[in-house]
Amino acid sequence: MQFTLLIVVIITAIALVAVALGIGRAISPRSYNPQKGEAYECGIPTRGASWMQFKVGYYLFAILFLMFDVETVFLFPWAVVLQEMGVAGLVSIIFFLVVLVLGLAYAWKKGALEWK
Amino acid sequence: MFDFSIVTQWFHALLLSFLPEGVAVFLECVIIGLFLLLLYALLACALIFMERKVCAAYQCRLGPNRVGPWGIFQVFADVLKMLTKEIIEIRHADRLLYNLAPYIVVVASVLAFSCLPINKGMEILDFHVGVFFMMAASSIGVVGILLAGWSSNNKYSLIGAMRSGAQMISYELSIGLSIMTVVMLTDTMQFSQIVERQADCWFIFKGHIPALIAFVIYLIAGNAETNRGPFDLPEAESELTAGYHTEYSGMHFGLFYVAEFVNMFIVAGMAATIFLGGWMPFHIPGLDGFNAVMDYIPGFVWFFAKAFFVVFLLMWIKWTFPRLRVDQILHLEWKYLVPIGLVNMLLMAVIVVFNWHF
Repeated sequence: MQFTLLIVVIITAIALVAVALGIGRAISPRSYNPQKGEAYECGIPTRGASWMQFKVGYYLFAILFLMFDVETVFLFPWAVVLQEMGVAGLVSIIFFLVVLVLGLAYAWKKGALEWK
Repeated sequence: MFDFSIVTQWFHALLLSFLPEGVAVFLECVIIGLFLLLLYALLACALIFMERKVCAAYQCRLGPNRVGPWGIFQVFADVLKMLTKEIIEIRHADRLLYNLAPYIVVVASVLAFSCLPINKGMEILDFHVGVFFMMAASSIGVVGILLAGWSSNNKYSLIGAMRSGAQMISYELSIGLSIMTVVMLTDTMQFSQIVERQADCWFIFKGHIPALIAFVIYLIAGNAETNRGPFDLPEAESELTAGYHTEYSGMHFGLFYVAEFVNMFIVAGMAATIFLGGWMPFHIPGLDGFNAVMDYIPGFVWFFAKAFFVVFLLMWIKWTFPRLRVDQILHLEWKYLVPIGLVNMLLMAVIVVFNWHF
């Protein structure tokens, strides 16, 4: 039943967007003007394409995020069984976290957390 | 507490008495879908109205007060206005991705929204890995925002989307770390179970110091996750016109706007569920008369009251603090919140293992 409901929810969400946009398209006025198709950059004509190479700083943070997000995926199952495992769980996770924090400290020291 | 599953079971039996099973289940699914749509749309309207009134109060204004008593129909008037605005197709955009983006954003927020346990037996989606599912679903929204910014072929949109992406993925870590402290206390990831375990005491009291720190971190990160408040630089109107939805008009823009407000409610509802006891009433141990009176208030009233209290906190933060710069946002996350979150998590692990919680 849960997975049926998941499909129902997804269909509901798609229907919400489709119906809202459909009504909007049906009752809104239409006028054609070549100027309307231009990108809105505060009235100044667009210069060059916007699909270009972008600042690498964002990429560094994305990589760091990847490292920590995978860590979260590993930590959640541990968090669920922590009460059963007791002290053994605590000790074993400290080793895991030490390795992880070393990674963060390395990135910090290398200046990956600075925004340049 | 009133168990809503009595109603659903009675309704299921009623349908089965004169319909074959397949048709009955289909009908129930349709009703659930309609209920979800109605709740989603009404909540968005309520939140937009509340935002305007709270904002006006903080700026010593009146806010909307012309359409209907206290201006409560202002939002509906705005919805109608938005529906009658032209949906402009811009020429140099990537058509497919440009039209796909609102779908992804709204689907992500509806999926996350349907995970919230509103009342006992009234959760729409209640997986065993509910917390995981919720985080996964809400992180799909980033993809939609990045697509919207990239496909618009507009420099403002692109910058807004990139900032938004960097900010949202960064702050997701803090959300994960602060939710993890509660998962440790409960040893389950199912939302209904998490709420059940708070029958004697809410987690913010049960987990005392680490739970309080986690709650504050969660509020900050949740505020950043929804691109609001002091963290609203992805759509900083004074520098980027409207950020990633600059090129969207009419209802196209309206969907982004609605999803943003419901995302704020999802953050608040999550905070209410995992820290403030969800639909559990407020109990003071020892005062049986007081507890009995509190039990008479239905669960969904408790849930919405707590969620709207957190929404009010988020709005308070938004209208009090000035906007941060992008480097300040990333420093706050990576140099303060992540280390504090990790230490806090370890502290909670020690408290759980040695049973020092209440």
